[in-house]
Amino acid sequence: MRIELEKRPDVSKLYAFVSPLLALVLTLAFGAIMFAMLGKDPVEALDAFFIEPLLEVWSLHELAIKAAPLILIAVGLAVCYRSNNWNIGAEGQFTIGAITGSYLPIVFYDWHSPLVLPLMLILGALGGALFAAIPALLKAHFNTNEILTSLMLVYIAQLFLDWLVRGAWRDPKGFNFPVSRDFTPEAVLPAIWEESGRAHWAFIFAIIAAIGVWFMLRYTLKGFEIVVLGQSERAGRFAGFSSKKMIWFSFLFSGALAGLAGIGEVSGSIGHLQPAISPGYGFTAIIVAFLGRLNPLGIIASGLVLALTYLGGEAAQLSLGLSDKVTRVFQGLLLFFVLSCDTLIYYKIRIVWSRLRGGAA
Amino acid sequence: MSIFEAILLTVITASTPLVIAALGELVTERAGVLNLGVEGMMIMGAVGAFAAAQLTGSAYIGIVGGIVSGALFSLLFAFLTLTLVANQVATGLALTILGLGASGMLGEAFVGAPGVRLLPIEIPVLSAIPYVGTVLFKQDLIFYLSILLVIAVNWFLFRSRTGLKIRAIGDNHASAHALGIDVIRTRYLAVMFGGACAGLAGAQLSLIYTPQWTENMSAGRGWIALALVVFASWRPWRLLAGGYLFGAVTILQLHAQAFGIGIPSQFLSMLPYAATVVVLIIISHNRRTTLINTPASLGKAFVPDR
Repeated sequence: MRIELEKRPDVSKLYAFVSPLLALVLTLAFGAIMFAMLGKDPVEALDAFFIEPLLEVWSLHELAIKAAPLILIAVGLAVCYRSNNWNIGAEGQFTIGAITGSYLPIVFYDWHSPLVLPLMLILGALGGALFAAIPALLKAHFNTNEILTSLMLVYIAQLFLDWLVRGAWRDPKGFNFPVSRDFTPEAVLPAIWEESGRAHWAFIFAIIAAIGVWFMLRYTLKGFEIVVLGQSERAGRFAGFSSKKMIWFSFLFSGALAGLAGIGEVSGSIGHLQPAISPGYGFTAIIVAFLGRLNPLGIIASGLVLALTYLGGEAAQLSLGLSDKVTRVFQGLLLFFVLSCDTLIYYKIRIVWSRLRGGAA
Repeated sequence: MSIFEAILLTVITASTPLVIAALGELVTERAGVLNLGVEGMMIMGAVGAFAAAQLTGSAYIGIVGGIVSGALFSLLFAFLTLTLVANQVATGLALTILGLGASGMLGEAFVGAPGVRLLPIEIPVLSAIPYVGTVLFKQDLIFYLSILLVIAVNWFLFRSRTGLKIRAIGDNHASAHALGIDVIRTRYLAVMFGGACAGLAGAQLSLIYTPQWTENMSAGRGWIALALVVFASWRPWRLLAGGYLFGAVTILQLHAQAFGIGIPSQFLSMLPYAATVVVLIIISHNRRTTLINTPASLGKAFVPDR
């Protein structure tokens, strides 16, 4: 038995829409088998994982809280990946954004002003962009592989945060715990709708960013430039586009969004700095970007789906005693299925049973 | 044992997994396939080796478990990128994400369990050489294997017919296909060799380096191995040298931490990662030499025409 691919004359519009859904269904089916193997009732487990968290208002708020950083980061990554720049260090840019954004509320703890919050957000975005500038500089001017450098910088950012909260920025009244001082109320990102739950403004930023980037990709010259350079650098050069400038643009842009996500998370959800501020949002956002087919509007939907895997993981851990590692397995599987289903968009798949090359057909 | 010997011994232990994993990836990349999932295959190898050793009580079966886990896991990557021509970069990332998650889940039962340590084998006569004898010739099997593998891969790639075919595929898959070489089949094997090596490197981590199971115990070594391949410009002997350079940096920072010199431990822990970045800059800033050394078809999808 052999699998043969035949290139479609045109990209299949049908499968472009169906493929992410198919991937979801396959992941769920596979998940059910996995739950059964772990000795849990698959229906009950899937219900706890994917349905229960959607039935209560407070947990919908949690969904928005978890989706916000995922969407913000993934939208930036979509710009990178579309232009063929492989920034996989968003986790590091997220961390540095959280640090630079926290500078004001920690170092100038006693400065109370309505300016604090907007300045924090700007500093966070700047920090993320500057940190992403390192792999951009190295790729544009030293020809260095951006995948490896951006990833190495994640470890460096996390160690730097660890040093800060155990050293200079540790709360003097924190009983030696590695946490910073709690932010004052002016430095906390407000809730969107306080009466019903915790979801804060980072989610609004995420939606705005997604719509903005969708508009940019679809209706502006910059968007066209991104797509052209991503598909063929040579064609882009003939059109007068500079791939070097695109490296800078895509990295700074995605770094800024990741940094904004970082400070949004720290200010809105955590309220202080601590050694671990992210359950791998920067990496999960890569899955979000691909599940959304690198389309910002698709990313809103896929960000919510991936946020649900985090929530469902926590819920299933409590109600069924499932390991919290199941979440990461789900996320990994989902990316695999997304990538395999995407083949259907560009190719017809034929299973050939005969051993003859090309078959008798 | 003198301090010199002790340090050399730890450098070897830290370098061996890097050398083995990078060597596997070198062969994969020579065949034109970029597998960024080394970290994932390595951690699957680590958990597979640990589990096999736990269940059987034999560290040698543990080694086999590591190799098999790594190779099987790499098949997933091979199927997606070679049969379904999925994007290699994205699929490699997926392999790493899934590997870190799945190993965490599979290894949960083993957290805190005392591991089975792989014991050193003493080679008579040679191990009596002063200074280096005990360090080099009273080592565990995986260290000996790592050196043998470097020699074997070097011979295989540059002196054997199959090695020539692999390099031809990596440099121009369309021409290789036209010459009648089975590109897909060869690439499958090259990817699986990479997986087996990454699995063996993982086995070294959970049977020798720290004989126990902890989540994420590969700690970015798979990524450093990927950087090593670039550093070595796809040549096995340079890779061996690079692996030991990185191992030495890792150990150096550990010793510096132990001696408590004035630098915070976090900054010392950054050293291996920072060194990777610096080395990548030095190696790749010359566009022309990079272009000459890199397998020309690296990372490009291949669909045979009919």
